[in-house]
Amino acid sequence: MFDQLSDRLQATLSDVRSRGKLTESDVDAAMREIRLALLEADVNFKVVKGFTKTVKERCLGADVLGSLDPGQQVVKIVNEELAELMGGSGREIAFAPSPPTVILMAGLQGSGKTTACAKLAHHLADGGKRSVALAACDVYRPAAVDQLVTMGARAGAHVYERGTEHDPVEIAGWALEQAEADGRDVLIIDTAGRLHLDQDLMDELGRIRKRTGPQNVLLVVDAMTGQDAVGVAEAFAEAAEFDGIVMTKLDGDARGGAALSVRAVTGKPVIYVSTGEKIEDLERFHPDRMASRILGMGDVLSLIEKAEQQVSEDDAEVMRRKMLDSQFTLEDFLGQMRQVRKMGPLGNLIGMMPGMGKLKSQLPTDVDEGELDRVEAIILSMTPAERANPEMIKGSRRKRIAAGSVTKIQQVNHLVKQFDQMRKMMKQVAGGKMPDAQQMAAQMGSSRSVKYRHR
Amino acid sequence: MAKTWREIVDLGEREPPTPEDAAAAEEPGRRGMFKRLRESLSKSRQALSEEISASLFDRIDGETWERLEEALILADAGAPTTAKVVERLEREVDSGEVAADGELVRQRLIEILAETATTGDGRLSLAARPAVILVVGVNGTGKTTTIGKLAWHLSRELGLSVVMAAADTYRAAAAEQLAEWAERAGAELIRGAEGADPGAVAYDAIAAAQARDADLVIVDTAGRLHNKAGLMDELSKVRRVIAKQLPGAPHETLISIDATTGQNGLRQAQVFAEAVEVDGVVLTKLDGTAKGGITLAIADGLGIPVKLIGTGETLEDLRPFDPADFSQALLGE
Repeated sequence: MFDQLSDRLQATLSDVRSRGKLTESDVDAAMREIRLALLEADVNFKVVKGFTKTVKERCLGADVLGSLDPGQQVVKIVNEELAELMGGSGREIAFAPSPPTVILMAGLQGSGKTTACAKLAHHLADGGKRSVALAACDVYRPAAVDQLVTMGARAGAHVYERGTEHDPVEIAGWALEQAEADGRDVLIIDTAGRLHLDQDLMDELGRIRKRTGPQNVLLVVDAMTGQDAVGVAEAFAEAAEFDGIVMTKLDGDARGGAALSVRAVTGKPVIYVSTGEKIEDLERFHPDRMASRILGMGDVLSLIEKAEQQVSEDDAEVMRRKMLDSQFTLEDFLGQMRQVRKMGPLGNLIGMMPGMGKLKSQLPTDVDEGELDRVEAIILSMTPAERANPEMIKGSRRKRIAAGSVTKIQQVNHLVKQFDQMRKMMKQVAGGKMPDAQQMAAQMGSSRSVKYRHR
Repeated sequence: MAKTWREIVDLGEREPPTPEDAAAAEEPGRRGMFKRLRESLSKSRQALSEEISASLFDRIDGETWERLEEALILADAGAPTTAKVVERLEREVDSGEVAADGELVRQRLIEILAETATTGDGRLSLAARPAVILVVGVNGTGKTTTIGKLAWHLSRELGLSVVMAAADTYRAAAAEQLAEWAERAGAELIRGAEGADPGAVAYDAIAAAQARDADLVIVDTAGRLHNKAGLMDELSKVRRVIAKQLPGAPHETLISIDATTGQNGLRQAQVFAEAVEVDGVVLTKLDGTAKGGITLAIADGLGIPVKLIGTGETLEDLRPFDPADFSQALLGE
């Protein structure tokens, strides 16, 4: 499943197939598109330069005879290179030979450290397998201690705090002593957000590190960070020698190029990603998914994974095949819809489908319960034959269905139309083509379509 | 010349409550402001990487444009805006409109950048009484801190009395955080219980301001990702509540955008503007090394101006946006 990037590349490389091989000028043209895509994704300018150079070599002379068109092939190569660059570390949390394992969290203001601390605590507690505690060492930000105490409670972790009148280094040292005495397995130290330019605070971070001897120092980075990510990472690497990165707010639609930048420049891996505001929303980093996301290709695997959480493996496989073979019926749609309601906001899921990211604002991503109830009622008023072949639903049938579901005929018409569009879209996506964005948005838009306010 | 608070606040026909004090505070304030601005930005300047340096225009040759492109991309201006600016300048130099002299080209570039960054009305419309400012934005961008600073400046420089609404009822200890800022800034705080309806808190704050005859209400909201439709709907609802209660309100809707944000910043501004009609941007955390270049795209593409910039974590660290100063800083001057 490829999207706009591969379409753009295809336009650039349209006459390649007849020639059978990618020439240097073909590849240069392709690299320009790749460069734009990566810059758009906030990958650091210099990292992009180095990366496209590497990829160019792989693309040169690549055989274009085969089922993939040249554009798709280049994207495939880029995707693989990206994934390889960001992955392969295999590093998880390093546990201390004797407890507690200490994890020090650092980063800029607003990057999401405190929330990440609580999530990590929850994650490592692993349903009670480990005893995890938090240390409140942000004495500067108003109510930071309160925030950590509240979140710690949610994570089921004890919070060692001494208010805001003590030196953070002292608090950290004290917390470690307490954690040892209390037999904690893990101690996570939350620190104040700080600028890498602030020498005093960077020194303080170094001292906290020295005092507590953490096995893990994690840099928390916001997924929407732009070109500045490199400077920040380098400075923190020097001052705190961090071991890995936690990337936050990945439930946003930022492409997250900073992940590639930081990895390329510091060599440190992204270990965790934060994907929501709930305490469970912390996941291991998947380089291949991140690579697709950076290229604007969506996060298909996450989508399927989410679906699988609700549906059994067999059902999921059947559904996948049906979608691809255009065998998808309204009966299936009903089932999917019920699953979807359990999965969470439609917006998140739609955004995960390849190429959908840009369309999200045009699609009715927030379907309210009432509307879903209506849709369900309509489908239930159809006969099995009608659900399997919506094309046969005309005139009197629509009337009957509307009456049976206590809805208006327009609503029945709308559903059938929407479904038809969806099937067409699935067929196109399965066939490797990107459906016409505007057309699709227009067709799928319900009364809740988002309006653009022109300035 | 950097703008002063008096210059950017439109109080309509109202006289600020303490005009003499405000005027007296202005002159030293202006000088002090320059000094503080330079101090806080000098840290950034010292830390500048080699690319954005004074040597940008030492020679005007084929590579000048590449160097400039690099500098602007590194400043997060984004590829489209960068291309636009560089092409324009290159055209002007090639045509002779601008002499191929390093200093002149640099001046012209700053003009172009400042022009690009200038759009709409750079002032804060606070003529109504009470005037209502709604502050929105993604998580972690600095809304609450900005509100503290804003209240402090407006009360200190213009003598306005401020009521703050702790309408972030979602995040742990959000009201406590704002309460601390209210105390520092000398403003009153209206809050609700955790999990309470944010619209209700805004409503209560406006009612309180009316009852106490206050000048200004500043409404804090929960940080939210713009791609979460449900949360954006909630925000629209808060705005509707405010508008219904007080026709014309909110008089200023400001979105806080972190200067470190990359291209996603444009998307943020766009989607928030669709939900609540954003009047201006507060560009925060400019005391770091990030240049905040995305504001060029926001101004150019959406017509939304930056009105204020945040340059640190203390009450003082908020000042009116000046396009020329911003453009110079963008190039590392």
